[in-house]
Amino acid sequence: MNMMMRVAAYIVLAPIVGGLLQGIDRKISARMQRRVGPPLLQPFYDVIKLLKKQAITVSTSQTFFLLTYLIMMVLTGAMFYGGTDILMCFFVMSTAATFLYFASVVTSSPYATIGSNRELIQMMTYEPAVLLACVGFYLVEGTFNVEEIAISDKLDLALMPGFFIAFVFILTIKMRKSPFDLSTSHHMHQEIVKGITTEMGAQNLALFQISEWYENVFLMGVVGLYVVNSSPLSVIAALILIAAVYFLEILIDNTSARMKWESMLKITWIVTLLSAGVNLLALMLIHI
Amino acid sequence: MTGLPLIPFLILFPFCVGATLFCIQNMEVRKVIAYVSSSLIILADFILLFAWLAMGARPVTMYFETAFVDRVMLAAELGLMVLVVFLCFKYRKYWISLLSIIPTCMILWIELYVPKAEGGGKIYLDHLSILMCLIVGIIGGLIIVYGAGYMDGYHQHRSDVPDRRRYFFMLLFFFLGAMFGFVLSESLLWIDFFWECTSICSFLLIGYTREPEAINNSFRALWMNLFGGLCLAIGIWQFVTHTGSVSLHELIAVGVAGRAVAVIPVVLIAVAALTKSAQLPFSTWLIGAMVAPTPSSALLHSATMVKAGIYILFRLAPAMQGTLTGMMISLIGGFTFIITSIMAIAQSDGKKVLAFSTISNLGLMVACAGMGRMETIWAGVFLMIFHAISKSLLFQDVGATENSLHSRDIEDMHGLLYILPKLAIFMFIGIAGMFLAPFGMLIAKWSAFKASVDSGNVMMVFFIAFGSATTSLYWTKWMGKLISQSHIREKKFEDITKRNEMISLSIHAALMILLCLLFPLLSRVYVNPLLTEMFGAAHDVLPQSVLYVLVLIIIIVLAVPVISYNYVKNYRTNRKLSYMNGINEGDNRFFIDSFGDPKRLWLSNYYFPGRIGQRKLMVPGQLFAMTILIVMMIMIIGGVVA
Repeated sequence: MNMMMRVAAYIVLAPIVGGLLQGIDRKISARMQRRVGPPLLQPFYDVIKLLKKQAITVSTSQTFFLLTYLIMMVLTGAMFYGGTDILMCFFVMSTAATFLYFASVVTSSPYATIGSNRELIQMMTYEPAVLLACVGFYLVEGTFNVEEIAISDKLDLALMPGFFIAFVFILTIKMRKSPFDLSTSHHMHQEIVKGITTEMGAQNLALFQISEWYENVFLMGVVGLYVVNSSPLSVIAALILIAAVYFLEILIDNTSARMKWESMLKITWIVTLLSAGVNLLALMLIHI
Repeated sequence: MTGLPLIPFLILFPFCVGATLFCIQNMEVRKVIAYVSSSLIILADFILLFAWLAMGARPVTMYFETAFVDRVMLAAELGLMVLVVFLCFKYRKYWISLLSIIPTCMILWIELYVPKAEGGGKIYLDHLSILMCLIVGIIGGLIIVYGAGYMDGYHQHRSDVPDRRRYFFMLLFFFLGAMFGFVLSESLLWIDFFWECTSICSFLLIGYTREPEAINNSFRALWMNLFGGLCLAIGIWQFVTHTGSVSLHELIAVGVAGRAVAVIPVVLIAVAALTKSAQLPFSTWLIGAMVAPTPSSALLHSATMVKAGIYILFRLAPAMQGTLTGMMISLIGGFTFIITSIMAIAQSDGKKVLAFSTISNLGLMVACAGMGRMETIWAGVFLMIFHAISKSLLFQDVGATENSLHSRDIEDMHGLLYILPKLAIFMFIGIAGMFLAPFGMLIAKWSAFKASVDSGNVMMVFFIAFGSATTSLYWTKWMGKLISQSHIREKKFEDITKRNEMISLSIHAALMILLCLLFPLLSRVYVNPLLTEMFGAAHDVLPQSVLYVLVLIIIIVLAVPVISYNYVKNYRTNRKLSYMNGINEGDNRFFIDSFGDPKRLWLSNYYFPGRIGQRKLMVPGQLFAMTILIVMMIMIIGGVVA
C-alpha cells in the first residue's frame, strides 16, 4: 500500500516539482546573467499555452513516439519511487530515451536529425557511468532493490564517492546542460537550431517538456538515494544534496560553452573510469 | 539404455535428404522435399524432447557398441581430408591442406593404435544437448524453408552467379546433420569428426558463388576452422594417451577434480571453440562469410557453426571455473565483446553490422562460459537462445530486403517502413529483441552483468558496462533509419519476398515475443534443471519476482505503442514543412543551395569509419587477443609441464 502511495505521489507531484525546479533554474540562471528572469511559474504557463495551441507537425507519428516516451519515463520514475530494482529502472529509462530519438528522427528534418544523432552519442556516453553506479549500490548494500537501499543503515555516499562524482558528471549530459547540451540548445539561432526538439511544436513540445520534468525528478531521486538511509534526518540531508547538485548544474551551465562530442565522450569516459572505476576496484577489494 | 532410434534418424536423415536433393533435377520437387524434411526434422526434435522427458529427463548415455560406425566415420574422415587436399591444391593454397592432413592422421592413429577403454557410450542426452538440438532443428529448419524462396530471388537479382541450388541445399542439410551429430556426441572422436564436417560444410557454403572474393574468404574460414580442428585433435590425443578415455564427460569430471591431466586438453579444446565462435583473433572468417547467400550466413551466424563453439565451452565451463584457462577465455570473450561492438558502429552494410554484432554477442557468451559459474551459464544459455532467434530473423530479413531493394546498406534503408513495410516491421522487432529493454537479450545481458559483479570479475564489469553502451548505439541508429520519413523516393520498389520467406520470418518474430513472455517459465522448467545437471544446484540469477515484473513490463512496452497509436490515429494535426532556415524547395526533399539551385537533402547516420572502423581496430584487436592467447597458453601449459 505504501508503495502504491509513493507511486501515486510521484505520478501526481513529479510534474509539479519538476516544473518548479525548472522555474527556479531559469530564475537563478537569469540572476547569474544579471537579468530579472521570468516568474517562477513560467514553465507551467508555457506548457499550458503549448497544450492549447493547434497541433502542427512534420510527421504525424511523432506524437505517438512522444507519448510512448512520456509513459516510459513515468514508468521509470514510478518503478524507482515504488522501490524496485534500480538497474531495471535505468534499462526502462534507456528504452524511453530511444523513443525520444525516434520521435525526433522520424521527421527527417536536417536539424532534428543532427540533434538526435548527437543524442545517441550522449546516450552512449552516459550509460557506463549509470550502470557502474548501480553496481556501486549493489556492492555497498548487497542489493539492487531501491527500497532496501533506502532503508539500510549505511551512508552510501561515504563508501561510493567516486560513483557519485561520475554520476553528477553525467547528470550534466542527462539534464541537457552546457557544456554537454549537444543534442539540443537553449536558444534558437545556433548551429543546430533546437536540435532534437526542432520539429516539436505545440502539444508535442508540451509532452516533451512534461517528460523532462518526470525525468529530472527521477534523476534527483537517484542523487538522493546516495544519502537516504534508515535515519529520518537523512531525508533532509538528501534534499540539501539535491539542491546543491542542482545549483552546481546551473552554475556549470552558465559558465561553460558547448563542447564537441569527441571531447564530451573522451572526458566523460575518462572521468567514469577514473572515479567510478577506481571506486569500484576499491569496493571489490573490500568485498572479497 | 542402449539406444533410441530417433537419434540416428536425426543425424543421418539430413545427410540422406541432402544427397537426395542433389540428385533431383526438378526444382519444384526439390522444394517439396525440402519443406517436408525440414518439418520432419523439427517434428523429430520435439519427439526427442518428449521421449526424453518421458524417460525421466535425466542425463542418458547411449550406443556403446559402435565398432562398425566408428570405421565408417574414419573412412568418411579420410574422404573429407582427400576433398580438402584436392581443393587446396586446385586453388593453390597448399599449406592449408596440412591443417587437414595432420589432425586426420592423429585421429587415425588414436583410433587404430592408442589403447582405449572399451565400451564407452557414444551419445549423450541431457538438457543442454536437447536444447541445442531444438535450436539447430527449429532455426535451421526454418532457414531452409526460407532459403527455398530466397534462392529464387537471389538468382533473379544476381544473374551473374551460376545456379548451383542443388548443391547449396545439399550442403545446408549436411550442415544440420553434422550439427546434430556434434551436439549429441559423447565420444571425443565423434565430436572431432562432426567438427570437421561443419568446418568443411561452411567452407563450401561460403565459396558458393565461386567469385574470387568468395574463394578467398572461404579459404580463410577453412584454415581458421581447421586450425581449431588441429587444436581439438591435439587436445583429444593428449587426453587419450594419458587416461585412455575418449569420453567428454570423463574429461570434464577430471577437469572439475582439478587433475593436471585435464588442463592441456581443456585449454586446447577451448581454443578450438574460440575459432569456431569467431572470437578475436579468429574473427575475420565470420565477417568474410557474408559473401555467401543469406540462408548460409543465417545458418552460420545464428543456429549452427558459431553456436557449436559456445556449446562446447558451456560443456567445459565447470572444468574451467576459477582456472587460468577460464580467465583466458573470459578475458578474450569480454575483449571481443567490446571491441567488435565498437567496430559495428562504423559499419553501414547491414550484413556487416549483423556479423560484428554476432561476434560481439558470442564474445559475451564465451566470457560467460569462461567465468564458469552457475549464474554466468544461466545468462549464457539465455543469450544463446535469444541470439539464435533474433539473429536468424535479422539475417533473413536483411536478405529479403536486399532482394527487393537491391541494396543492404543501412543508409539505403532510410524510410524502409514506407517502402517495404512488412520487412521493416520484422527488422524492427528483430533489432528490438537484440538490445532493448525488456526483451530477452537485455535480461540475459543484465544477469551476465550481475553474475560478473558477484564473481568479482572487475574486467568483465567494465567490458559489459561500456560494451552495452556501444551496442545500443549501432542498433538504435539502424532503427532510426527504418522509421525516418520523407526522402520518399520517386522510384518504387516491389516487395518480391516469397510466401515461404514470410512464413519463416513470422514464425521467428512470434517465437521471439513468445519466449520473452515465457522467460520465467523457461528459466524454471528448463534452464535451472540444465544447470543442476552441470553444477549440482541451480537458482534463478534474477529472482522470479523480478522476472515476472519484467514480463509485465514487456506487456506494457508492447501495449503502450498500440494504445498511443490508436489514440493518436484520429488526432487532427496540420502538416508543415521541416525547418530548413526557410530555404525549403517544394517538399521536404529539396533545399536551395548556395548557387540558388534546388539540391536533394540527404541525411546520414554517424559512422566514423576512419576512427573506429574495421581497418583501424581489427589488427590491433587481433594482436592484443593473440598476445593474451599466447602468453596465457604458455603459462597454462608451462604450469602443467614444469
